[in-house]
Amino acid sequence: MIAAVALTLLSIGCVVAAWRLPSARWTSRAPRTAILLWQSIGLTWGLATTGALLAYALQPYGQGVIYGLHSHLSSVLTLGLDPESTFTYDLSRTIALVAGLALLAVLIGVLLAALWQTLRARHRHRRLLALVAREDPHVPGVRILDHPGATAYCVPGLRSEVVVSAGALRLLSRDELAAVLAHEDAHVRERHDLVLLPFAALRRAIPWSRIVRDAQSSVALLVEMAADDRARRHCSPRRLATALLRFGAAGSMPAPQGALGAVGHVMARVNRLIAPAAELPRPFRYGVVALSALLTASAPLLWAMPH
Amino acid sequence: MDILWGQGRPLTAREVGKLIADRDLAPTTVMTVLDRLTRKGFLTRTRDGRAWRYQPVRSRDAYVAELMLEALDLTGDRTAALTRFAQAVSDDEAAVLRRALMELEEE
Repeated sequence: MIAAVALTLLSIGCVVAAWRLPSARWTSRAPRTAILLWQSIGLTWGLATTGALLAYALQPYGQGVIYGLHSHLSSVLTLGLDPESTFTYDLSRTIALVAGLALLAVLIGVLLAALWQTLRARHRHRRLLALVAREDPHVPGVRILDHPGATAYCVPGLRSEVVVSAGALRLLSRDELAAVLAHEDAHVRERHDLVLLPFAALRRAIPWSRIVRDAQSSVALLVEMAADDRARRHCSPRRLATALLRFGAAGSMPAPQGALGAVGHVMARVNRLIAPAAELPRPFRYGVVALSALLTASAPLLWAMPH
Repeated sequence: MDILWGQGRPLTAREVGKLIADRDLAPTTVMTVLDRLTRKGFLTRTRDGRAWRYQPVRSRDAYVAELMLEALDLTGDRTAALTRFAQAVSDDEAAVLRRALMELEEE
C-alpha cells in the first residue's frame, strides 16, 4: 500500500507544482533550469498517476507495479489455473487496473500521434519550401519566402531550415536580422521543438485544462528566453529586443485563437534583454536541478518498489 | 515548377525541356521530375495525343500563403511543428509594442 499512497501523493504534488510554477518569478532568471524542472514534473506526473492506479490494483501480489504486472499477465495467460495464484478478482482493483493501463496507453498514444503529425506537417512544409522559397546571396543559408508579411521561423529536424519572409527582410536592419538568425540558430541547436512536443501534445489532448494550458504556455515562453540567452552571446541584446518589437508592431495579421497574452510574452522577453536581472544564486539553481533529478528518479523507483 | 507557373498554360514535357534551354537536361529527366511532382500532388496532367500536358494544381502565391499561415501559427493546428521567432499579436497589442519600440529607440 505504501507505493500506491506515495505515488498518489507524488501525482498530486506534480499537479500542485504545475499549478504554481507559471506564477513563479525566478523562472525567467534561469530559463534552462526551469525547463528541466517542467520536464521532470511532466514525466513524473504521468508515471505517478498511472503507477498509483496500477500499484493499488496489483497490491495483492505484493511485488510492486513492474513485477506485479508481469505476474498478473502470466496468471491471466494461465486462465487463473495456477494454484499458486493469490489474485482474487475484486471490482475496485479491476477498475483501477483497467484505468491505469488505459491512461498509460492514452498518454503514450497522444505523444506518438503528436510526433507523427508534427513530422508530417514538417515534411509537407519542407516540400512546399523547396518549391517556392528562394535563396539570397546576401543572407546565406536562409530560405526566403516572397510574402509582405513579417515572419522568421525554423523548420526543425535533422536538416533544419531557417526561413525569413521578404516582409521581415524589409522590416529589420542588418544587425537585427543577425540577432533574429542567432535566435533561430539557438532553437535549432538546442532542439527546442522536442522540449515543446510533449506539452503541446498534452494541450491538444486536454484543451480545457487550465493547468495544462498554462504549463504549455510557460514552457513555450521559457524556450524563447533560453534561445534569447544563447543568441545574446553572439549579438547585441538591444538589437534582438528591437527586432522583437518591430515584428510585433508590424503585425497586422489577425491574432490566432488562444494566442492572447502574446504581447505579455514579448514584453517579458524585451524587458529581460534590455535590463537583465541578476542570475539566480548558484545554490538555488543546483537545488532546482537536484529536485528535478529526484523527481524523475522517484516514480520509476516507486514502480519497482515491492509494496 | 517556375516554368509551368510562368507560362500559365498546360505544357508537355518536351515544351518544358525546351524552356530549360540553358541546362543540358535529358528529356527523360524532365519527364521523371514532372511525373514525381504529379504523384506528390503539385501538378495535374491531361492526355494530349501521345503526350501528357502538365499544369500546376495551385498557384505559387497559394503555396506561399499556405506557408505563411503555418509560419504565423494561424492554422489552428497546435503541433508545434515550427519554432517561431515571434508570435502574431492583435492590433491593440501591436500598438503597445509600437510604443515600447519608440521609447527604446529614443533612448
